[in-house]
Amino acid sequence: MSRIQTRFAALKKEGRGALIPYLQACDPDYDTSLELLRAMPAAGADLIEIGVPFSDPSADGPTIQAAALRGLKAGATLGRVLEMVRAFRETDNETPIVLMGYLNPIDSYGPAEFCFDAAQAGVDGIIVVDMPTEEADLLDAHAREAGLDIISLVAPTTSNSRLFHVLRDASGFVYYVSITGITGTNSASAADLEKALPRIREATSLPVAIGFGISTPEQARTASRIGDAAVVASALIKTMAGTLEDGRATERTVPSVLKQLEGLAAAVRA
Amino acid sequence: MTNTSSPLSSPLVNSLRSGPDDRGRFGIFGGRFVAETLMPLLLELDEAYRATQADPEFRKELDYYLKDYVGRPSPLWFAQHLTEELGGAKVYFKREELNHTGSHKLNNVMGQILVARRMGKTRIVAETGAGQHGVATATVCALFGLKCTIYMGATDVERQKPNVFRMHLLGAEVKPVTAGAGTLKDAMNEAMRDWVANVSDTYFLVGTVAGPHPYPEMVRDFQSVIGVEVKEQITQAEGRLPDVIVAAIGGGSNAMGIFHPFLDDASVRLIGVEAAGHGLDSGKTAASISRGRPGVLHGNRTYLLQDKHGQIEEAHSISAGLDYPGIGPEHSWLNDIGRAEYVGVTDEEALEAFQVCTRSEGIIPALECAHGLAHVMKIAPAMAKDQIIVLNVSGRGDKDIFTVAHHLGVKL
Repeated sequence: MSRIQTRFAALKKEGRGALIPYLQACDPDYDTSLELLRAMPAAGADLIEIGVPFSDPSADGPTIQAAALRGLKAGATLGRVLEMVRAFRETDNETPIVLMGYLNPIDSYGPAEFCFDAAQAGVDGIIVVDMPTEEADLLDAHAREAGLDIISLVAPTTSNSRLFHVLRDASGFVYYVSITGITGTNSASAADLEKALPRIREATSLPVAIGFGISTPEQARTASRIGDAAVVASALIKTMAGTLEDGRATERTVPSVLKQLEGLAAAVRA
Repeated sequence: MTNTSSPLSSPLVNSLRSGPDDRGRFGIFGGRFVAETLMPLLLELDEAYRATQADPEFRKELDYYLKDYVGRPSPLWFAQHLTEELGGAKVYFKREELNHTGSHKLNNVMGQILVARRMGKTRIVAETGAGQHGVATATVCALFGLKCTIYMGATDVERQKPNVFRMHLLGAEVKPVTAGAGTLKDAMNEAMRDWVANVSDTYFLVGTVAGPHPYPEMVRDFQSVIGVEVKEQITQAEGRLPDVIVAAIGGGSNAMGIFHPFLDDASVRLIGVEAAGHGLDSGKTAASISRGRPGVLHGNRTYLLQDKHGQIEEAHSISAGLDYPGIGPEHSWLNDIGRAEYVGVTDEEALEAFQVCTRSEGIIPALECAHGLAHVMKIAPAMAKDQIIVLNVSGRGDKDIFTVAHHLGVKL
């Protein structure tokens, strides 16, 4: 079983959903983001999503755009992100790591080389925001060969028939983009989620993570119960950004994010 | 003279005009690289576009607006003084700057707005660089009573003030984008963010032959009226096809519009002129084909200015309309198969050509097409006097007089 399968199976036994925090690699610098990454499991992260900085994140709101720019300024490259995952795996071989980013850096790295190197580094899954099912053949075979899950995205605009098309070969888990919009802006209501999830579960038996617009412990709790996991991204980055001085990390940076993460975890576990 | 059938209404065999394939690809270029949220909308748009192609009523409606509102056909002007000055090939201008709103942009906008109306959309978003596409979009939104939001880089808002004011007058909301260098690339990102957040009522009216399928194909089809007219006009004037067609390229819609009907006419050389900015090797350029490599941005695979890690670089050009690090995917394909050539012209050369054109022909060209003219000035003298060059004068230069004055050290 993959790390992702193992983790979701264990949580099912525990009878709760997962909390998936997000951090942007090298935001605000490599050392700080690695320190944060290493501390996340103890603070309640069940899986972790690492954002790969891209110059033109057209599906992201202002918070993650700013984080990507800080990451790039601090020298983030896809190679550096994999280095970070390797460093994390020295001390943690259980927590699943999923990279989330845009296609061009992967395309530039070389799809086959990337899938191989990512799996070697200890990455479990990848989410490529601008690679819909129709274009997924670019990575599919390489990812499968390397043992990487390509995490499929579905959205409120994905019709019932299209859900079957998109999720036919899905693996790992399914990421439900719960709003029509960009990251960190609106939030879906519990009623919206209650309506959407049965539709998705019709088309897949994989766990469903809910993301986009989840910021409070209450929202994380709701999403992790209606779905199988809640992804919290912009809210954590906003906290981190608030601790920076002239764009640099301060002694408050890592503790502030971890404290917020603990609050989210407590709600998900309550 | 009107274009009576869409170029792709019947399947073409053994033709360079048959693309894209059913995945929206021209060779390896093109495609649909968008978030899942947008994917169903692209499929819906594709279906709606196919329906209009099959509908003679649509063509009739579009032809009516092209003739009586846009002012088509646009003339083909023999630039006699310029021809004499250059002392070589005969130079003709396709006068797209005479269209309503002052550029070729309205050809595409008029087509797409009719598609959007048939889809029942009530709100339009668009990106703009120089503001020509923004003005054209705001214009048809005024005509049809649709809500209109235009995203424009903050840098471009500053250097294209007359067009910003025009859009305001037309009732559009202009949103300056401060991300990145505040140019067309950033405006495109922001327009896509708006679209993804307002999918139910909003139509994204793309201004060039780029973006996810079916936009490159659809915009090309609507702009092909330029080349279709040229073919008829030059045949009438000279009894034959031109030897060379030259057009400036940002995203490449005016170039694709004039090139496409000639793709199967092997005797016609097609030359796209990219903005070299401070020079092709200066690091401050917008020449995506000459200095970029294939990658994925804004929904399509195409030549992009990018670093070795796949991060997109800022383009540079004196012309806001060419200041974009990518190019339409069909151009990338035409380059790779060798059917069209792509060359660079610097800011300086474009400024010089701008002044030459203004004085010798009494036509103030947009800085975009001044790039095309600068290349014509390079090649015409070496050509025989009975040879023919057609330059697409895709827009008028009134919007650029402040930029030109600034570069000439004149205070207005």
